[in-house]
Amino acid sequence: MNTKVSLAGVELKNPVMTASGTFGSGAEYGEFVDLNRLGAVVTKGVANVPWEGNPTPRVAEVRGGMLNAIGLQNPGIDVFIKRDIPFLRQYDTRIIVNVCGKTREDYLEVAERLGDQPVDLLEINISCPNVKEGGIAFGQDPKAVEAITRAVKDRAKQPVIMKLSPNVTDIGETARAAEAGGADVISLINTLTGMKIDINRRTFALANKTGGMSGPAIKPIAVRMVYQAAQAVKLPIIGMGGIVDWEDALEFIMAGATAVSVGTANFFNPYATVEIVEGIQAFMKEQGVQDIQELIGAVR
Amino acid sequence: MEKTESFGKGKRTLKVAAQECLTEGIYSMWIEAEDMAEAAAPGQFLSLYTRDSGHLLPRPVSICEIDRDKGMLRIVYRVAGFGTEEFSRYQPGEPVIVLGPLGNGFPLEDKGGRRAFLVGGGIGIPPMLQLAKELKCQKQMVLGYRDKLFLNEEFARFGPVFVATEDGSAGTRGNVLDAIKEQGLEADVVYACGPKPMLRAVKDLAMERGMECWLSLEERMACGVGACLGCVCRSKDTDSHSHVKNKRVCKDGPVFAAGEVEL
Repeated sequence: MNTKVSLAGVELKNPVMTASGTFGSGAEYGEFVDLNRLGAVVTKGVANVPWEGNPTPRVAEVRGGMLNAIGLQNPGIDVFIKRDIPFLRQYDTRIIVNVCGKTREDYLEVAERLGDQPVDLLEINISCPNVKEGGIAFGQDPKAVEAITRAVKDRAKQPVIMKLSPNVTDIGETARAAEAGGADVISLINTLTGMKIDINRRTFALANKTGGMSGPAIKPIAVRMVYQAAQAVKLPIIGMGGIVDWEDALEFIMAGATAVSVGTANFFNPYATVEIVEGIQAFMKEQGVQDIQELIGAVR
Repeated sequence: MEKTESFGKGKRTLKVAAQECLTEGIYSMWIEAEDMAEAAAPGQFLSLYTRDSGHLLPRPVSICEIDRDKGMLRIVYRVAGFGTEEFSRYQPGEPVIVLGPLGNGFPLEDKGGRRAFLVGGGIGIPPMLQLAKELKCQKQMVLGYRDKLFLNEEFARFGPVFVATEDGSAGTRGNVLDAIKEQGLEADVVYACGPKPMLRAVKDLAMERGMECWLSLEERMACGVGACLGCVCRSKDTDSHSHVKNKRVCKDGPVFAAGEVEL
């Protein structure tokens, strides 16, 4: 039985990875799951310099999910290269570094710094809804998507994943823009912009007022968008958005995703990623599926 | 194919041993915690999960008492919403889903000869009970309530207990600071848990009097294990995670030296 998949020539032992921002650089959840079992670890977004992030409260529960407005707090590329990459190198898993920036130059600087580092792929975050500059500003206009993709591709040594926002009218158009800019892979969806009001305090539940919604409640939207993107472009797709178990993961794969990322589920089931790997294998065995390729985009 | 419930290290389905309503809206639950009790320390917390698939995030609840011989943990919590309301309905023998113990806990080095304030405000009172049990020094408990008292009698065996109530129905009318001043209390070190305005006042008092001061903080959490960066507090020094000035309440805390955090 083969569960290996390939993203832009990088082979993953299985299609299950973590979603950026929910798993740190693996150290915290390494106490719960064997990182060697994962197809890849996708790190928390890293910028050229440390970012402080947003004021608290940064998280709020909503029915079927949560809102977050962390604001991409991160230690910057220097600490990341010195501490996080060597940590992840101890494990037999692929390393995907999520890159964030306020300006075009920020993204390029990080991509360049990572050029000689032992990381497998870069995931460019042009879809964070929680920062004022950069982030989603690059991700909602197809022309901007194409331009930033081309600029990053020009500098990056590793294959480039563009992480797309669901906060757009036509996800197919955004996906095509990334493809036109030379992206190797696209990943989607990032969080959906949401809001929660604290009726007792008569104010916003999050200090940032709005936050990104994640969790199982957004899954049907994410599956739909992965399907639409798969119809729009030829690029491999990393699907995510509300995956909590192996059945969810298979929906994304059948909708056209080559790999899947598990995010918010880690917060209520630290073992979710490995359970999903095992669940996919059990499903394949039961259904007599020899190669996971048979399932990718099986639904048209 | 059957859905299996398999939790990783740390997150487990335990059993409720006892549940009791202490006063309006305040509940006490003993949990058969097995070796989780052995690992626990005063000031640490547990993440409790609801059984409802729509309410996913863990509820952080401080540990009130640890019985290492019997492998039991006690939490005392306020019903504040969906999750805690569900927990309050659990009967003995029912499952309770727990991850923990989490966080750092209070420093316990021998304070022989020194005098300590253990200050608790509202639902910040419970963690002071296990601290009172384990701290070896002269202890004075200062407990602040809105109106209805709870746990105050259980503190009595560890030293004098001073109570403040907002409505003046018991002890000093006002807050814990009013009680300290009214009673003319003195100490060399203070441990405190409670609402932020109380912690600010305790910190100010400690600075004014030159007392060593340890504060247990509360913040909205998602993961509870230091990964999501949801529950940070402003810190004086650079934090170890992001090298900014944002310590994680769940992982670097919840207990901080007062000088370490900005409130």
